[in-house]
Amino acid sequence: MTTPVYPMARAEGCPFDPPPKLRELQDEAPLVKVQVFDKTAWLVTRYADQRKLLADPRLSADVTAPGHPSQTAMAPQSGEGVGIGFILMDDPEHARLRRMVTAPFMIKRVEAMRPAVQKIVDGLIDDLLAGPKPVDLMEAFALPVPSLVICELLGVPYADHDFFQVNSKQLISLTATPEERGQAHGNLGAYLYNLVGEKLENPGGDLLSGLTERVKAGQLTKQDAAGMGVLLLLAGHETTANMIALGTLALLEHPSQLAVLQDTDDPKVVAGAVEELLRYLNITHNGRRRAVLEDIEFDGQLIKAGEGLIFPNDIGNRDPSAFPDPDTLDLHRDARHHVAFGFGVHQCLGQPLARMELQVVYSTLYRRIPTLRRAAELAEIPFKHDGSVYGVHSLPVTW
Amino acid sequence: MKIIVDQDKCVASGQCVTAAVDVFDQRDEDGIVVLLNDNPPEDLAADVHQAAAVCPALAIVVED
Repeated sequence: MTTPVYPMARAEGCPFDPPPKLRELQDEAPLVKVQVFDKTAWLVTRYADQRKLLADPRLSADVTAPGHPSQTAMAPQSGEGVGIGFILMDDPEHARLRRMVTAPFMIKRVEAMRPAVQKIVDGLIDDLLAGPKPVDLMEAFALPVPSLVICELLGVPYADHDFFQVNSKQLISLTATPEERGQAHGNLGAYLYNLVGEKLENPGGDLLSGLTERVKAGQLTKQDAAGMGVLLLLAGHETTANMIALGTLALLEHPSQLAVLQDTDDPKVVAGAVEELLRYLNITHNGRRRAVLEDIEFDGQLIKAGEGLIFPNDIGNRDPSAFPDPDTLDLHRDARHHVAFGFGVHQCLGQPLARMELQVVYSTLYRRIPTLRRAAELAEIPFKHDGSVYGVHSLPVTW
Repeated sequence: MKIIVDQDKCVASGQCVTAAVDVFDQRDEDGIVVLLNDNPPEDLAADVHQAAAVCPALAIVVED
């Protein structure tokens, strides 16, 4: 039998479902050898095993560890410097650096940002309604929401929002050349470095001001603080934008589920809907990846030190043993235990902010524009099959 | 019910606060878990178990 190559392709006409081959492998075995570029790695196919192994300290997130099945499709500029590097480090150094940026993502701090996010979302919808139609929802709404929210979080002055938006859009553009992306990355890094300097003089209540305390204490350099700002932008911009656009498309294709959000003003229903859309869509569709540091006996199989593991959270979240009738989008189901944000110590740092943004968007957009609909055939919508974050390149809509 | 939290393991995902806000809080400096009540009333049992189940760092143990 030939070794299957990972990642696999989705089925034609099923843009919301994981590749059918993954379902086949999940049914077959909990651990399957796959080919990743020039290496092989173990694919962990089932939900409970994914959680169990991702929480195992014998695994390493360090891409330079022997056997790490690294993903070349990663953001090309990442991996430089302390600020951006902790997502690829192991504890205790990972924990030390991560804890420097966790405070702004506390539930109470994120909740305090909700009115500002609501204002951003309402303002963008006002602009949509006043502008021409059809319009590309990705460009006019889904990308600006997280970009403006990150401005708010980092404490970017209003006058610089345009500069910030233009460069952050360029940074994640698939049509930009590597040079253009590198330039945008440099612009943002230099901008944030200067902003850290200003916050050192005049601190506010924002994330960068919080980091200046660490700079003053000698725990971080100004460069590290700026790097953390860029990391948070990279991690929070495209992901949230794709959840907004792909989530909207999925809801338009499931009118009874769209109606759930249009007919409720119960925050619990909205919060549950966000969890189910995260579970169902899995925009991080290339799997979490780890290297094995010590031999692990797993389900009668020896996973050896120096081997690689891949955790495809898309099929984990469609495991029928964890989510009955997993391929049905059901906004009323309890999906809170999904692994869309990963699992273990590297689980998404920004998840409370992402959840809150999506709650605001999903509870506002379809109620303010109840006749929102696609302005192109589903087959004409360009999906990001090749991107490290799944979603749509554009989503023409009208109302 | 007896709840034990491990602050060294905690990664400040905040999911326990979302699941059971009367039982878990986060400390201001870094969002690490703070236990408000280690023996909450039975009517919060389901929320507490949910909090333990969604904790990505396995930092919450519930003994019934």
